[in-house]
Amino acid sequence: MAKNHVTTTINGEPVEFLCETHETMLDVLRNDLGLTGSKEGCGSGDCGACSVMVDGRLACACLMLGAEAEGRSIETIEGMAAGEELHPLQKNFVKEAALQCGICTPGVLVAAKALLERNPDPTETEVRYWLAGNLCRCTGYDKIIRAVMDTAAEMRAN
Amino acid sequence: MNEISPNQTLENKWIGQSTIRPDGIDKVTGSAQYAADFTMPGMVWGKVLRSPHAHALIKKIDTSKAEAMKGVLAVMTGDDFPLLPLDVPLPTGPNDIRWISRGCMAREKILYVGHPVAAVAAISQSIAAAALELIEVEYEVLPHVIDVDAAMAPDAPILHDWVKTDGIDGPTNISNIMTVKTGDVDQGFAESDLVLEREFKSAAVHQGYIEPQACIVSYKPDAQSTIWSSSQGQFMVRGLTATITGMATGDIKAIPAEIGGGFGGKTIIYLEPVAMVLSKKCGRPVKMQNSREDVFHSTGPAAGMSAHLKVGVTKDGLLKAVQGAYNFQAGCYPGSPVGRACHFSFSCYDIPHADVQGLDVVSNRPNVAAYRGPGAPQGNYVFEAILDEIAEELGIDPWELRLRNALAADKPTIYGAKIGEAGIQECIDSVRHHPNADAKLGPNQGRGIAIGYWGNAGGESSAQLHINEDGTALVITGHPDIGGSRAAMVNIVAEKLGIDYRKVQAQIGDTNNVGISAVTGGSRVTFAAAIVVNEATDTVIATLKGRAAKTWGIDVEAVEWRDGAAHPAGSNAGEFDPLSLADLAMKAEATGGPITAAVSKNTTGHMGVVGAHMVDVEVDPETGHVKILRYTASQDVGRAIHPAYVEGQIQGGVVQGIGWALNEEFIYHESGRLDNAGFLDYRMPVASDLPEIDAVMIEIPNPAHPFGVKGVGEIPLVPPLAAIANAIANASGKRLYELPMSPPKVLKALSE
Repeated sequence: MAKNHVTTTINGEPVEFLCETHETMLDVLRNDLGLTGSKEGCGSGDCGACSVMVDGRLACACLMLGAEAEGRSIETIEGMAAGEELHPLQKNFVKEAALQCGICTPGVLVAAKALLERNPDPTETEVRYWLAGNLCRCTGYDKIIRAVMDTAAEMRAN
Repeated sequence: MNEISPNQTLENKWIGQSTIRPDGIDKVTGSAQYAADFTMPGMVWGKVLRSPHAHALIKKIDTSKAEAMKGVLAVMTGDDFPLLPLDVPLPTGPNDIRWISRGCMAREKILYVGHPVAAVAAISQSIAAAALELIEVEYEVLPHVIDVDAAMAPDAPILHDWVKTDGIDGPTNISNIMTVKTGDVDQGFAESDLVLEREFKSAAVHQGYIEPQACIVSYKPDAQSTIWSSSQGQFMVRGLTATITGMATGDIKAIPAEIGGGFGGKTIIYLEPVAMVLSKKCGRPVKMQNSREDVFHSTGPAAGMSAHLKVGVTKDGLLKAVQGAYNFQAGCYPGSPVGRACHFSFSCYDIPHADVQGLDVVSNRPNVAAYRGPGAPQGNYVFEAILDEIAEELGIDPWELRLRNALAADKPTIYGAKIGEAGIQECIDSVRHHPNADAKLGPNQGRGIAIGYWGNAGGESSAQLHINEDGTALVITGHPDIGGSRAAMVNIVAEKLGIDYRKVQAQIGDTNNVGISAVTGGSRVTFAAAIVVNEATDTVIATLKGRAAKTWGIDVEAVEWRDGAAHPAGSNAGEFDPLSLADLAMKAEATGGPITAAVSKNTTGHMGVVGAHMVDVEVDPETGHVKILRYTASQDVGRAIHPAYVEGQIQGGVVQGIGWALNEEFIYHESGRLDNAGFLDYRMPVASDLPEIDAVMIEIPNPAHPFGVKGVGEIPLVPPLAAIANAIANASGKRLYELPMSPPKVLKALSE
């Protein structure tokens, strides 16, 4: 089966890859491009562990075909820190113990960043509903919600 | 650089501080390596063919077409494992390797939909998947049974003709009956003023770890073979893989990847032995990963059960007798945690007369696996729900009823053991007088409480401590860090050495570079690892004092270690400037060589713990939906080495309990196939379902532990099921006797 040639942008860098037609964007990221920060928890768009931004929109990479990346701009967890400088969300997640096993954390962070870019002053209810697409089985969400709220406040103050 | 300061709340240095975990930045940047993130040169992909039938004999497997497919490198079936005979027990902890092997690959028969039948290795995932479709399996389909009560019925399809159980004539699915007996229940009921008898049922639920099992295995004929996988114990992985594949233990190196949740479910394995055989056959490293569907269809959930219990009390609410039985699903082979239900459900109480049976029942489901306090949540639910009814009938405050029956430290439980100073009163007081207890309840709202007990565990643990040339330190332990345990070990080492915690790194060793360590489970890691890390640090400090004594030319007894440096102990020892850890490390080569220590022990002195929970709910009379309004969970943590991660354990356990109580269940089609094998239909709690979870930590130090640690991970999942059931009864006036209390069931109860 001939593979598709795809030209795209990932975390600001030009990228080309070959993928099978049925291959998901998540498989391309993880298996072909070595970007394993996006995780596969379900493969059906239910857990959010593979959350990425596609042209500024939050998406599950497991629900997108690799071939659909043609001409688009994709951001993953690997692009979230500016070099060595962590994003405030990343700092506060570590500081406030908002992760335990850490498998859901990349997806939660990508989704939370998308929320704060759209709404810098969310209520707790807004944060809880925005993150309802990201399953976490360890934390009970409590410290995640608090870390997002604290980061929002901090970013508004700066 | 990212200088992240921890939130410091206490006066002491590092123990009891919520420091920044050493693996934190890796985990927020996506660079932490979980099993599925790893690749090896020359790696190929393995995939498993699973049975579409719930119960069947395998008449014939023809793999020839798959083997002939271009790109397919190896095919295997159950015959490629050495036969572990059905009649020779191979116990390992609570499990038996005979059954773990047959969960990796079916042998004599198919026992559930999803049971592995064959596996292939191919150069790509799509070729491996296509090859599975070319494997021809001829089945003789047999009648199946799913439900635990149906499996016990006289006319039930029998899974195993070799199951023989004392007290039962002929073939049966009841693979074991255990009894807990004390006193004389007839006398106990005669002395009772109120006797309640109730029946309960609870569905099987899954641990729901977000990371499906994954591994890469590289077989080497003339050297050590390597397993890189996600599990709750690298030594468990090594040992089980060796036995199941017939290899020598020393011929395997198991490397623990980061683990994406386990909750007990990753204390056994499913893929590693299959990947080992495939790798051996094709001579290439083989990567395998479960899909979410695979996880639901073929990995061990927590046991569902039915139960009936009769409880007698005096009019003052004093417990006199309990009698009844718990019937636990074991899955397709024997081995449920029903014993824990028969014990721990009653641990907190003084009950003079008891006769409780635990039945272990096989049916056509994957074998159960541990789930956070195995057996205790289900068992606790039954008894704590009945206690609530008793409190209501007698007009006694439900907290008061529990306190009246609380077991004294010197008195035995119904199973003979004592629970010691378990903090029942302290935990109850902390919730009863919590601000949440004063919250006013509105229409359709109710409050429920429950307490619970869990025994915790000790066991084998190993640690090494190495002092680096510049005075920084590395601590290596042998149990996977599932929720921040590295941070706890760092706190201990930094506290004792008297150095900044940022100068201590923590690593989880592989099976080649740290001593044997039992699995991360039984709430044991911080308890057990702290013991060996403490002793290793003591040894290192003794060495450091010796090096200072040598440098100063004084007796080692005249040297003391404080604030990160060796000091002369008093003026008689002489006048010397302190030698810091860094000073001594720099001079180590000249004073005797590397400074290091290794300690391995079978740790003892663990203590069980109590938790007390209070929850407010609102029941929607239109839809039957139950909303959690407030949740307060208190427990005796012994000593919190890293408070933020202890709180995290409590909050996470509670939320798993909320899921178990309200939504989660395995739903089977009449064909024996699990109908909801995905996160859309197996509904775990999401952020918008929940309020804040108020965690209360009571610290009653364990006298047998150097830092007072008891174990915190499992107890928070024990009381929630009953607490929520009791809250729903309080809100609606209707009692539900079946979990989950999902909207259709609540609505039905409301209409009755």
